[in-house]
Amino acid sequence: MTSSRVSASGEPSRLQKLRHYTPTILVAVGVLVGWELLVRVFNIQKFLLPAPSVILNAMLNEIRLATTPGEGSILFQATLATLWSAFGGMCLGCGLGLAVALITARWTIISEAAMPFAIAANSVPIIAFAPIMNNWFGTQNPASKMSIVAIIVFFPMMINTVRGLTLVEPRQLELMQSYAAHPFTILFRLRIPNALPYIFSALRVASTLSTIGAVVAEFFGGQRVMLGVFITQEASNFNFERAWTGIIMASVIGLSFYFIVQLTERLIMPWHVSFRNTER
Amino acid sequence: MELTSRAMNTTPPPPLAISARQVNKVFNPNGAQQVIALQDINLEIPAGEFVSLIGPSGCGKSTLLRLIADLIHPTNGELLVNGQQPEEARKHRDYGFVFQSATLYDWRTVIRNVQLPLEIMGYAPQERKRRAQEMLELVELGKFGNHYPWQLSGGMQQRVSIARALAFDPSILLMDEPFGALDEFTRERMNLELLRIWYRTHKTIVFVTHSISEAVFLSNRVVIMSPRPGRITRIVDITLPYPRSFETRETETYFQKVIEVRELLREAHALDEADETPEVGQ
Repeated sequence: MTSSRVSASGEPSRLQKLRHYTPTILVAVGVLVGWELLVRVFNIQKFLLPAPSVILNAMLNEIRLATTPGEGSILFQATLATLWSAFGGMCLGCGLGLAVALITARWTIISEAAMPFAIAANSVPIIAFAPIMNNWFGTQNPASKMSIVAIIVFFPMMINTVRGLTLVEPRQLELMQSYAAHPFTILFRLRIPNALPYIFSALRVASTLSTIGAVVAEFFGGQRVMLGVFITQEASNFNFERAWTGIIMASVIGLSFYFIVQLTERLIMPWHVSFRNTER
Repeated sequence: MELTSRAMNTTPPPPLAISARQVNKVFNPNGAQQVIALQDINLEIPAGEFVSLIGPSGCGKSTLLRLIADLIHPTNGELLVNGQQPEEARKHRDYGFVFQSATLYDWRTVIRNVQLPLEIMGYAPQERKRRAQEMLELVELGKFGNHYPWQLSGGMQQRVSIARALAFDPSILLMDEPFGALDEFTRERMNLELLRIWYRTHKTIVFVTHSISEAVFLSNRVVIMSPRPGRITRIVDITLPYPRSFETRETETYFQKVIEVRELLREAHALDEADETPEVGQ
């Protein structure tokens, strides 16, 4: 009994990992092969859907440009610029969301007054503010994109954190009360750990929202080296395979954020339900 | 030692751990939904005694425990814990509380759960580790310190919560139906464990339970309570000698005491003419 429980929390073997990921890999390969066949068999035009091999070729070309001295890849420069807007905006928005949540949760009166507004604001399509932000900060200024991202991620982060800080089991609060614990002790040893799963689920939402927000904000104009601008320009110049490389890099940004959040989550809360081995 | 000197009557009687005089607790005193949870509670518990509170739902036994713990406040009357107001006693960390559910923190390993009160009370790290390990060994979970609570069974989790309540060596242990969620076999084993811990630590234990057999088996005295309004109807001395064992449950005296408590509870219940209403103060 004991040994099986210990191994339950231990690392799975390499073979187990491989078996775990096999279906995912098979699906990915299947989709790509199907896509390629579809384009070739039905002779689909490039402006509708380029074949994966064509996109791959365009991607390899960008990599070659990026690695050749004297040349440069606009795609990768644009990726870096968008990555920066998305990351900066996410940090700013999540940081502010956390800070505001900590303050409002401390004083329930503020939290009760602010929460309905936050929930309402969360359902507003904030991306619609992008032209306004372009006016405020200037279309060419990355701050206009960053601020949109920050506003988009702010509300889910704040709402989730307030929930996590306040939805504490009454018995656990009474336990703290029985120890005559100071409110700060309760905050750091009970409320914040209790809020961690809520914070991480907000971070996961924010990781995808931030990329979407950055790219869409860039659709409303900006410097040439930004993925949103890159995609619209290449598409209007009939370089569809290049537009697709931009889409792929945007996905790479979103996915890498997501995986970084998930990795941090595993490191910070190894105890959480979602990481328990269910074979126990 | 303590028991013999008390029996020989050479020392003055031990100080009172808990004394309640005319304590009342009314929920919503000014509202339409006014509920008298406790009425005219008089109870004295000398230090070192094991006392059980028993009665049907709504009799206020948990409310009384929570008044002692200063988790709620009496409406009037005088309640003293170790000779002080309950609030002072709480601030002096005079008691450890064990809830019906283990109430462990998921994000802490077993040993760090036991260390929690010690961290809050500012013990040095070395001392925290030493005491927590000692307490885990007391509840026979010495090897499970690095497990997470979800890796343990319900009975083991409740033992961890007892270890946590004892870690800072409070003189009083308040237990609110601690074994209520466990199956009969585990419960009986836990009863023996608890008695063993009690012999070793000489704590005052106030134990809330629904189970007649558990109350009789464990206690020096069983306090019978009845609902609407919650009050004490009788206090039964359990004359069974300690240490008690599995065999104790098969003795004549044990059966007599169980029957006595059961009949007193039935009388108490008969006094309750009101309709069933949901239990308050939970």
